[in-house]
Amino acid sequence: MRAAVVVFPGSNCDRDMAVALKAAGADVSMVWHKDATLPDNIDLIAVPGGFSFGDYLRCGAIAAQSPISKAVVAHANRGGYVLGVCNGFQVLTETGLLPGALMRNSNLKFICKSVDLKVETLNSAFTAGYSAGDVVSYPVAHHDGNYSIDAEGLKQIEAEDRVAFRYVENPNGSVADIAGVLSENRRVLGMMPHPERAVDQGHGGTDGQALFRGLLDQMASA
Amino acid sequence: MKARVYVMLKNGVLDPQGEAVRHALGSLGFDGVEGVRQGKVIELDLADGTTEATVEQMCEKLLANTVIESYRIEVL
Repeated sequence: MRAAVVVFPGSNCDRDMAVALKAAGADVSMVWHKDATLPDNIDLIAVPGGFSFGDYLRCGAIAAQSPISKAVVAHANRGGYVLGVCNGFQVLTETGLLPGALMRNSNLKFICKSVDLKVETLNSAFTAGYSAGDVVSYPVAHHDGNYSIDAEGLKQIEAEDRVAFRYVENPNGSVADIAGVLSENRRVLGMMPHPERAVDQGHGGTDGQALFRGLLDQMASA
Repeated sequence: MKARVYVMLKNGVLDPQGEAVRHALGSLGFDGVEGVRQGKVIELDLADGTTEATVEQMCEKLLANTVIESYRIEVL
């Protein structure tokens, strides 16, 4: 699998993401926000966590207008895979690739801890490496992770089985405990928790490996 | 010319920051504050002849996230 990790000014999980993808066996290149094109034959684009453009205006809003984001949208529209984590999730909602928006945490605090997540669907390349009913532990580190979507949109994503992960104990006020959401074609995943920070024993847990390995297995068999 | 854009969370979208401000006003002794909604004001310095329709496009594309926010444009 060939993966590209997007780097914005203020990204800070880009290298962790690259390490996690490489550990799972991916060939990884880094792409800068000013690049208007991606390297050839990219299967997956990862949009990492951080504070792109200082979270000015709204988290992810400026990044969503950068040249590389246009290439990310084009890649997704061609049916390519995109994984957005934390700030990356915010960027993907701002581009319109994923529904809803991420608002300020309901307790107004920056939350930095490990949380338990229930894997809600196995029907995506991102979650195929898990087993039904799995509960995994990933770190969260965000101030604006409160997932918001209107009633109609919620009904639609629930009916289409597009909630990938749900918090066991909702830390941030997200609607319906939603921690991660899939696009209509199930090839774009946005999530606030950090699977790339749970891939090494040194991280305190390796629950994130299943996501990256599952993704590579799916690509290999595709 | 100048334009001023007011961006507010849509009605029905919970505003945790506004709620915190409301609580703080209550603890300062200001009774009867029944609701606070916090928004943004963005001032634009524009070349003469820029149309309001163009400012509207700016709002739709960047200044507001219309999933959760509404906006109002004032041409000064």
